[in-house]
Amino acid sequence: MKILAVCGSGLGTSFMVEMNIKQILDELGVTDVEVEHSDLSSATPGDADVFFLAKDIAEGGAGLGEVVILESIIDMDELRTKVTEVLRQKNVI
Amino acid sequence: MNKVLSVLVDILREPSILVALMALIGLLAQKKNLPDIIKGTTKTFVGFLVIAAGAGILQNALAPFGDMFQHAFHVKGVVPNNEAIVAIALTKYGTNTALIMFFGMIANILIARFTRFKYIFLTGHHTLYMACMIAVIMTVAGFTSAPLIIIGAIALGIIMSLSPAMLQPFMRKLTGNDNVALGHFGGVGYALSGLVGKAIGGKNPKSTEDINFPKGLGFLRDSTVSIALTMAVIYVIVALFAGPSYIHQHLSNGQNYIVFSLIQAGTFAAGVFIILSGVRLVLAEIVPAFKGISTKIVPNAKPALDCPIVYPFAPNAVLIGFFSSFVGGIVSMLIMTLTGGVIILPGVVPHFFTGATAGVIGNATGGVRGSVLGSFVNGILISFLPVFLMPVLGDLGFANSTFSDADFGVAGIFLGSLANHGGKGAIIVGILVVLAIMVLFSIRKRAKDMNSNIGA
Repeated sequence: MKILAVCGSGLGTSFMVEMNIKQILDELGVTDVEVEHSDLSSATPGDADVFFLAKDIAEGGAGLGEVVILESIIDMDELRTKVTEVLRQKNVI
Repeated sequence: MNKVLSVLVDILREPSILVALMALIGLLAQKKNLPDIIKGTTKTFVGFLVIAAGAGILQNALAPFGDMFQHAFHVKGVVPNNEAIVAIALTKYGTNTALIMFFGMIANILIARFTRFKYIFLTGHHTLYMACMIAVIMTVAGFTSAPLIIIGAIALGIIMSLSPAMLQPFMRKLTGNDNVALGHFGGVGYALSGLVGKAIGGKNPKSTEDINFPKGLGFLRDSTVSIALTMAVIYVIVALFAGPSYIHQHLSNGQNYIVFSLIQAGTFAAGVFIILSGVRLVLAEIVPAFKGISTKIVPNAKPALDCPIVYPFAPNAVLIGFFSSFVGGIVSMLIMTLTGGVIILPGVVPHFFTGATAGVIGNATGGVRGSVLGSFVNGILISFLPVFLMPVLGDLGFANSTFSDADFGVAGIFLGSLANHGGKGAIIVGILVVLAIMVLFSIRKRAKDMNSNIGA
């Protein structure tokens, strides 16, 4: 399974979200999920199974397929809840 | 023996290999497994070469623009864009940039460990860009080899610590806690916006979030779209002024001048797109390693993060800030056309990202009025700083692009004017004085804390 974190320029924010998702996967002991980051222009629906993006670009990323919107990109608890939820749905944990 | 040495020097002189080595060290320090190490090191190596390839495309797309502008208005027009100028500079200053970046990150960790400036600057692309600008200015000032790297790295470490520290009072006010810092080199503009907001906001300022505001400009956050659109508009306007005969004869080889301009604008966006992919590849392994090492060495440090972290706090202020800053850029451009000299054209990317951030910070201290006026001031600031920055960049000052965000201007002008007035010695003294002040400030605070602890 693959998760893609997306933001406007694909440099700072999405990268931070990627690192945080990786940290959460570590905590959960999940090893076979790939996480990467990208900018909004390059991201296409085939790039990943699930896309994580912040509220402010929710509109632009709506066409990507399975999208998870983050209310706050610095809130680790929110991210943890949402990552766990996705993993449960996909039967990874 | 000499042969071995010269091969070694050849290897280390090649920036792509150097950053790959940095990634390798980072991956080893994180104790990754072999496939990950090979993958990460190779990607970083290729990433650097991707940046160089993008630089070529970008330069070819910008050169005709410079010619057209000069022909039409008889002055030089410059579009500030970090990616453009860094990619061009890296072809010549790549090795020094890589080394200053590497040791600058170490300096940042050491400052966080031993002073009260506990900020770890995690916005990797800005670290890279700042390292690049420092490499250029220090080289122009006459530094070479080890002193260039050491002094440059200390300067970078200081800027990485000071910029977030200066913004922390506003971040506390905005986020309501003290856990996260803002790590983005538009810092001086944001602080100014915060102060403007404070000065004019009054007692109970009305927040931008209390007004209904049409949304739907979200597509501008897609940097490829916004760069291509604005460059197309600017390019076509300049082409109209330059006239078809000049362009057909000298630049486009007979191709219709409007079509030619649109293609060049698109090519510029394509160049930035390629450069961004390269930057992403280069940073992918280095930043996590930096984060991992710093959390081990300085456990209570605050991460300083990229500017979009503040956007969700005030989405209306994001749009207001962008527009207001852009208007500031246009007003500045008009002033410059009246005064003569270089003309800085408002670039949408810097005005969007820094204007929006200034808008959010201005709103936090001074509501709607703070947001509008704060980001307007930011727009003027990032238009005029490049005018004074370009002369200290040596040959690079003659490129048709330059560094865009406020801290690049302030730090660059600071270092550059030290060099102009006292050469290398002045730069060394200047940097050490700043560092000494930071250390003294930490010691005094610590002594004060201890006294108050005893008192309690």
